Amino acid sequence: MFKNLTRTLVICLLALIVLMFLTLIVMSWPAIQKFGFSFIYSTEWNPVTEMFGALPIILGTLITSFIAILIAVPISFCIAIFLTQIIPAKISIVLAQVIELMAAIPSIIYGMWGLFVFAPFLSEYIQPYLINAFANIPVLNFIFGGYSIGIGVFTAGIILSFMIIPLISSVVRDVVNAVPSVMKEAAYSTGATRFEFVFKILLPYCKHGIFGALILGLGRALGETMAVTFIIGNSHQLFEGLFMPGTTISATIANEFAEAMGKIYPAALIELSLILFVITFIVLSISRYFLKRGGNQ
Amino acid sequence: MSMFDDKKRMRRHTLNTIFTVICYISVAIGVAVLASTMYTLFSKGIMAINLSLFIENLPPLGADGGLKNAILGSLIITVSAVVISAPIGILIATNLTEFPTKGKLGSAVRFVNDILLSAPSIIIGLFVYSIVVRALGHFSALAGIIALALIAIPMIVRTSEDVMKIIPSNLREAAVSLGVPRWKVTVFVIYKTAKAGLITGVILAMARVAGETAPLLFTVLNNQFPNYNILTPMANLPVVMFQYAMSPYENSQQLAWAAAFLITMAILFTNILTRFFFSRSRNK
Repeated sequence: MFKNLTRTLVICLLALIVLMFLTLIVMSWPAIQKFGFSFIYSTEWNPVTEMFGALPIILGTLITSFIAILIAVPISFCIAIFLTQIIPAKISIVLAQVIELMAAIPSIIYGMWGLFVFAPFLSEYIQPYLINAFANIPVLNFIFGGYSIGIGVFTAGIILSFMIIPLISSVVRDVVNAVPSVMKEAAYSTGATRFEFVFKILLPYCKHGIFGALILGLGRALGETMAVTFIIGNSHQLFEGLFMPGTTISATIANEFAEAMGKIYPAALIELSLILFVITFIVLSISRYFLKRGGNQ
Repeated sequence: MSMFDDKKRMRRHTLNTIFTVICYISVAIGVAVLASTMYTLFSKGIMAINLSLFIENLPPLGADGGLKNAILGSLIITVSAVVISAPIGILIATNLTEFPTKGKLGSAVRFVNDILLSAPSIIIGLFVYSIVVRALGHFSALAGIIALALIAIPMIVRTSEDVMKIIPSNLREAAVSLGVPRWKVTVFVIYKTAKAGLITGVILAMARVAGETAPLLFTVLNNQFPNYNILTPMANLPVVMFQYAMSPYENSQQLAWAAAFLITMAILFTNILTRFFFSRSRNK
């Protein structure tokens, strides 16, 4: 009896993910039927004429997540090295908990902090200098183009990086802790410096695990909603520069779903969520594969 | 020792020092972000905290008022979600650790659980909207409870499995060899041994879902009027934060900061307390 009860719930859990996929497909069917593949490469997003193309939104999602990874991975790696290799274990335990508290803060708080504190800080002290520095360099002056208004793609990417740093650093810490201490002892006994040990022994040894942590962080960044919604500016233009407003899949849904009228508009928004679900599904599967492989070494 | 060796040695040690400094800076960035967030919450939140916050109900945008119904609404929604998800999550974990099957079922369940654990919460919100809100024909607290429960279940499965799988199997063997049925072994031996860990997992899951906003936007929505019927929309802190922080009115924004302060303090307090409690019970 008891065994069957637990078993039934397990089957329900498996059925849940199938049901989620099916529901999203059914709900977005009007949009899938009307736009077909052009939904993915078309750039027009117009609720009035009911023409929906998701390219700017998908691109915005990928760009913000890419910025987040670019910033978060080196910082998280250094934090993990600091906690495991540099300071004594007793302080490390306390500091690791402090870093993990960052992850406990709800994402909407980061959104509010980003909008009221961090965006004004960026627009005053960082963005004008970056815009000036790259003003005369082709390509880069487009990428770092825009106005120093604080909100936009750049700010959203940075806030996302703050949100995934605790996640990535704690996974990397676990991966690094699993390295046999004999490797460390051997490296230091041959006179290697810490830098040499970390980059020549540690990094090659746990590269799979660290890559898995990176992808896990990417998965989290892709779907993050509330923080991004506050600071990205919700503009459906194709990428116009890092300091310009943009949008992501989840921010578009959060901003527009409550007001979506008719049949096609909500269906288009749900199709966006279906695309996000498929992307995160693939990303998380890759992450799991690498984290497992890293663990088996 | 030649000049060349000295130079090389210098270079190696400089590189090492630079790397160490970068590590310090990285930790400083993390701590600074946390400190700045906390400072903002305190400086903007404390100002907005007063007695009327707890005795007056939610005002319309732009007017003065309190958060009483939003606080109660959030409590009802979060606690109900956890009450539903805790037994389900623990039973699923029980199946994984106590009744492992020979086939691939176990790894399939862990895989699906991991996906659900990291799936964007807004997708859960849309899913529950499609199933529950459309079936009922209107937004309701019940839909929000279901959405939060779906988010909490994978978290509880993960933490419960982690604590139950480290219980030595000779405990199970000893109990079974006395002729105790399996369900009794699980309830009176396994759950009893893992009690502290199971409770910690459930409480941390509650702290995690308490601040979830995205899945509530299309399920519970918000309700200005005090109303505690779970079949209707209900006021709640996360949606209040979202709607009031985005508004142009100063006093509405202040209400949003008060809500942010209350919910973050509750979450951090719960986190610190349960970690303290858990690490103590583990050392015993």
